[in-house]
Amino acid sequence: MDAIILQILNGLDKGSAYALIALGLTLIFGTLGVVNFAHGALFMIGAFCAVTLSRIITISHEVVDESRTDFLGNPLKVDVPYVHDWFGKETGDVIIDWAVPLAILFAIPIMILIGVAMERGLIKHFYKRPHADQILVTFGLAIVLQEIIKYFYGANPIPTPAPEAFTGSFDFGAMLGMEANQIIYPYWRLVYFAFAAVIIGAVFAFLQFTTFGMVVRAGMADRETVGLLGINIDKRFTIMFGIAAAVAGLAGVMYAPINSPNYHMGMDFLVLSFVVVVVGGMGSLPGAVLAGFLLGILESFASMKEIIDLIPGINQIIIYLVAIIILLTRPRGLMGRKGVMED
Amino acid sequence: MLGLNKKDTSLLILVAALALFAPFILNPFPAGSGMAQFNAGYPDLMQRFVIFGIFAIGFNILFGLTGYLSFGHAAFLGVGSYAAVWMFKLLSMNVVPAIILSVITAGLFALVIGYVSLRRSGIYFSILTLAFAQMTYALAYSVLTPITGGETGLQLALDDPRILDGAASSDNIPVPGLFGMEMRGSSQLELGDWVFTFSTGYYFSAIIMLLSFYLSIRIFRSPFGMMLRAIKSNQQRLNYTGLNARPYTLAAFVISGMYAGLAGGLMAAMDPLAGAERMFWTASGEVVLMSILGGVGTLIGPVLGAGLIKYMENILSKINSDILHGWFAFMPDGLEDIIVSMIYPFIGKGWHLTLGLMFMLVVIFLPGGLVEAGQRISRLFGRKKSEDKSDKSTSTEPAE
Repeated sequence: MDAIILQILNGLDKGSAYALIALGLTLIFGTLGVVNFAHGALFMIGAFCAVTLSRIITISHEVVDESRTDFLGNPLKVDVPYVHDWFGKETGDVIIDWAVPLAILFAIPIMILIGVAMERGLIKHFYKRPHADQILVTFGLAIVLQEIIKYFYGANPIPTPAPEAFTGSFDFGAMLGMEANQIIYPYWRLVYFAFAAVIIGAVFAFLQFTTFGMVVRAGMADRETVGLLGINIDKRFTIMFGIAAAVAGLAGVMYAPINSPNYHMGMDFLVLSFVVVVVGGMGSLPGAVLAGFLLGILESFASMKEIIDLIPGINQIIIYLVAIIILLTRPRGLMGRKGVMED
Repeated sequence: MLGLNKKDTSLLILVAALALFAPFILNPFPAGSGMAQFNAGYPDLMQRFVIFGIFAIGFNILFGLTGYLSFGHAAFLGVGSYAAVWMFKLLSMNVVPAIILSVITAGLFALVIGYVSLRRSGIYFSILTLAFAQMTYALAYSVLTPITGGETGLQLALDDPRILDGAASSDNIPVPGLFGMEMRGSSQLELGDWVFTFSTGYYFSAIIMLLSFYLSIRIFRSPFGMMLRAIKSNQQRLNYTGLNARPYTLAAFVISGMYAGLAGGLMAAMDPLAGAERMFWTASGEVVLMSILGGVGTLIGPVLGAGLIKYMENILSKINSDILHGWFAFMPDGLEDIIVSMIYPFIGKGWHLTLGLMFMLVVIFLPGGLVEAGQRISRLFGRKKSEDKSDKSTSTEPAE
C-alpha cells in the first residue's frame, strides 16, 4: 500500500511538469493551430530565468572587513551582495535564499515577452504553411535558443537550490497515520505539484470565467465567425501564445531545484510532452493535463523493482508503449475533440 | 543511358565524377598551409559524406516523395550497424555479407514499424515513428545489452567465432575487408605541396552511394514514384479513385529503412563498432536537417545537405579563437577583437548555432533548400543571357 502511494507521489512531480508543458503546447495548438517544437526550449529558458535571477541578486562588491584578518594579518576582504546593503543582512539573506520562488515574478514578463516576440516575429508567417514546415522551423528555433543559452551559461548543469525551508524531506506516511519512515518525500516536489495545480487551475479559470477567455474559446471553436463579429482574434491568440510560453517558463523555473538546469533539458522534456499531448488528444486542454499526470504516474510505477523484475526494461519504454497503443486504438487520444487534426 | 533521360544521366555522371575525384576536389589547399584545416579530403570525413548521403537519399524517398515526416529514421541506421557488427563477429570479416544482412534486418524492422505507424498520418505518424525509435534506443541501452553491448556498444573481440575466416592467426583483431582488400587501406599521392589520400573504404562506399543514387533516380522517375507523389499531393483524392495508398507508403517506408540500414552497415564496415547513441532521436533529427537543407524532394539535394552538415560538423567546429585572431590580424587591435568576438559564437563549439540559424533561414525563405537556391541563381543569370530560353525550360518542365 505505502509502495503504491509512494509511486503515485513520485509520479506527481514529473507528471506536473509534463502536464504544464503539454498544457502550453495544447494552448498554442488549439488557438493557433501551430505545432510548436520550440516549447521545450521555452521550458528550458524558464529554468535559466531562475539561474539568472539567483545570479543577479548575488552580485556582490568587495568590502574590507576590519574586524577579521586573513592569514597574512591584512584586513579580510569579503564579498558582500548588494542586497545586503539595500535591505540589511537578514532580509538580504532571505531574498537570496528565496531566489527560485522570486524568479517566478521575474520570469512571467520575460516569458510573455519572448512568447509574443516569437509569435509575431516567426510563427505568424507559418499559419498557412503545412504542419511539417511548422515543426521544422520551430525545431530550428529550438536549436538556436538552446545554443544561445549554451553560449552564455556553458554546457554543464547549474545547481539551483530551493529555499532552505523546503529542502529536505518529510515523512508523508506518518502524516497519514501509517507506519513511520515508509513514505519519505521531498518537500519541494510537493511544492511543485501544488504550484502546477495552481497554474493549471488559473489557466482554466482564466479561459472559463473571463470575457477574454470566452472570446478565445469561441475563437478556438470557430475562428472565422469570431473574426466576422468584429473581434480582433489574432491579437488575443498572440496573447495566448505569450501565456502558453509563460506556463512553460514557470514550469521550468520551479523545476530548476529538482533537476539542475542544463541547455538540453528542454529537448528531453519536449519529446515526452508531445507524446503526452497526443495521448491526451490534440487540442484538448483537460486531456493534456490528465495525460500528463497519468503518464508521469505510470512511469514511476513502471520503475518499481517488482515490475522491472517482471518485465525488464519496461520503465524505459512505458510512455512510448502507452502512446503507441492509444494512438492505434483511440486515434483521437483520450479526450480529443472531433475534427481536430484528423486526417 | 541506363534507362535514364538525358538530364538525369548528366546528373548521375556529375555525381559520379564528384565522388570519384572527391579526394582532389575536397583538398584544394596544400598540406601545411594555413588553410589546410579546411581540407575535407581525408578518408574518415569523405566516408561520412557518402554514408550520410545514402542515409539522406533514403530518407528523401519517404519524406520527399510521400510527405510522411519520420522522426525515427536513425533507428534503422542503428539496427543496420548492429546487424553488420554481428556478421563480422559470427561469420566473416568480409563486408559483403555484413552489408547484405544489415539491409535485410533494417528492411524487416522497417516493415514492422511502418506497418503500425502508417495507420496514421501527419503529426501522428511523426510521433509514432519517434516513439518506436526512442523505444528501440532505450531497449538497446538497457534490456538488450547482450545483443547490443549496452553503453559500451557492440565491439569485435579476438575470440569471436568468425566461421568462414577460420581461427584467428594473429593477436590483433582483424579489420573488415572486401575479399582481401582492407577497408582501412589507403594510398597517398604527393603532388608538390599537396597530399591526396585514396582510401579503399571511401571508394567502396562511394560506389555503393552511386548505386543507391541511381536506384533513387529510377524510383523517382518510375510509375511507383509517381504514385508516391500523388500520395503527397492529395491522398484523399487517391482514395476516391479506388487506390489504396497504404501498400505504396509502406513500400516507400521499407525502401527508405533499407537505405538507412545500408548506411548503418557501411558505417560499421568502416569502423566495426555500433552504439545505441546512433539511434537517439537527435540523430533522426539530423537526417531531417540534411534533407531540408539540401532540398527535399529533389534528387541531389539530400546528398548536398549531408555533405554540408558533415563538413560543418568536422571543419567549422575545429576553428577556435586563436585561428580567428590569426585571420583578422591585419586589422587594428580594437576592431580585431570586436570582429572576433562577434564571429566566435558561431564557430567552434557553437557551430550548432550556425546550423540552427541556417536551417531556419532555409525553411523560411527557401523551402526548396540549396537546390532551389542554385536554381534561382542560375535563373537570375540565365535570364540576362536569353529570355526565351528560360521561358522554354519552364514550360517543358512537367508539373510535379
